[in-house]
Amino acid sequence: MKRVNVILPKALLKVIAILVPLLLTVSGHTFAASGQSDVKNNSTAAVAAPAAAVTAPAAAAVEAAHGAEAPEGDEKAGDVIMHHILDNNVFAFEPFGSVTLPKIVVGGFDISITKHVVMLWLVSALLLIVFSVVGGKYKSLTSRNAPKGLANAMEALVEFIRVDVAKSNIGHGYEKHLPYLLTVFFFILFCNLLGLIPYGATATGNVNVTLTLSIFTFFVTQIAAFNAHGVKGYLQHLTAGTHWSLWIIMVPIEIIGQFTKPFALTVRLFANMTAGHIIILSLIFISFILKSYIVAIAVSVPFAIFIYLLELFVAFLQAFVFTMLSALFIGLATAHEGHDEPAAGAAHH
Amino acid sequence: MLTSGIILLAGSLLSPNPGLIFWTAITFVIVLLILKKTAWGPILNALEEREKGIQSSIDRAHQAKDESEAILRKNKELLAKADAESDRIIREGKDFAEKLRADIAEKSQAEAQKMIASAKDEIEQEKRRALAELRNEVADLAFRGAEKIIKSNLDADTQKRIVDTMIQDLSTNRN
Repeated sequence: MKRVNVILPKALLKVIAILVPLLLTVSGHTFAASGQSDVKNNSTAAVAAPAAAVTAPAAAAVEAAHGAEAPEGDEKAGDVIMHHILDNNVFAFEPFGSVTLPKIVVGGFDISITKHVVMLWLVSALLLIVFSVVGGKYKSLTSRNAPKGLANAMEALVEFIRVDVAKSNIGHGYEKHLPYLLTVFFFILFCNLLGLIPYGATATGNVNVTLTLSIFTFFVTQIAAFNAHGVKGYLQHLTAGTHWSLWIIMVPIEIIGQFTKPFALTVRLFANMTAGHIIILSLIFISFILKSYIVAIAVSVPFAIFIYLLELFVAFLQAFVFTMLSALFIGLATAHEGHDEPAAGAAHH
Repeated sequence: MLTSGIILLAGSLLSPNPGLIFWTAITFVIVLLILKKTAWGPILNALEEREKGIQSSIDRAHQAKDESEAILRKNKELLAKADAESDRIIREGKDFAEKLRADIAEKSQAEAQKMIASAKDEIEQEKRRALAELRNEVADLAFRGAEKIIKSNLDADTQKRIVDTMIQDLSTNRN
């Protein structure tokens, strides 16, 4: 062990001593000699890892633009990043080819299966498998013995949502909303996490998906408010308990307030998930834009790894925040005193 | 900078896609319904049951603690009571013994006093009786002496003798 410890730093030093000048000369030489097209080939090969790399037409377009003007590195990077972030109907497994997804149009509506739909289905399948297993374990479990393994891991999260999110924010009658909150939490969490694995796409980084989820929260909140207060109480809520002469101002504000909450949920989740991916891809593209292996080793890869780890945290955080705020909105809507003003404040955190 | 500008300008980030909304809604609702049935029900039931179990165990433990404390308190009380009782009994015994002793001493003293008094009375009586007897005796003797003197009244010599002998007799008799 001691010998190895002594040898290892020495070996590393040697490797670095050989590699650094080599990289410097090689990069300088290649770039000097073969120019832009070579760099382009290099970069496309290296970009293969982020799943959605340039497909044929896009690549051709870029090529065309490339020929025309000199500083195109940026444009190309932007295209590739957008291609990665956005939804499309091609599921690409870059070095191995790609699967073109079917296009379905029913009654004038385009309901084709896109990449993000596939990811949603993958997430759903994963959720169903994991929680069927866990649920099955709990069915055979008596209160005498403790859960272990997967069931235990999931129980920690379920218990967290149950006690710290639902119970503390909704209070009385929180059990009714638990299935929705739990499903939303795990759905978003799995979407976020699946977006981080190679070839995956982040469905929650699509504004349509987050919009749909927050519309569900909106409906759940409104129905909970109706159930808690009845029609009269619900309408009284809209006046925020002010004098009738202020109603002409307060009612529109309260109604807008009802819609800002799901809007904030939508944008928060979508922007967080998209931003992380854009940062990772941008960091990787820095090395292509600057055309340097040194930058790649010293900046792009370490920083991308750092952001990736941060993204892992953000995946949990955003799932938690979405669930937390949903619970908070439901709690505020069903609360028997006070009104919705604090909710509007909380929504803009 | 330029990259972000292009991303924003592309605009497709925020473009609505009814198909995706449709599929998201369908998928989410189906997942929600299935999970509600297969997973959340059993898990939440188990959690609740366990929570209740833990609560009841804690309650039971508290109850047992309270009970044992009550028993301990009762035992202590009983012990204290028994101590007090024994103290009381000992004190009473002592008091009783003291009283008894005092009684007996008093009684014996009174008895002794009485006995002494009666003895004194008796002595007094005896003395009186003895004095009376002595007086009778002396009177008797005097009578007898006088008788004897009178019987041998003829000469002085004999008288003298008689008196002498009588006195002698008396003295010997007395001794």
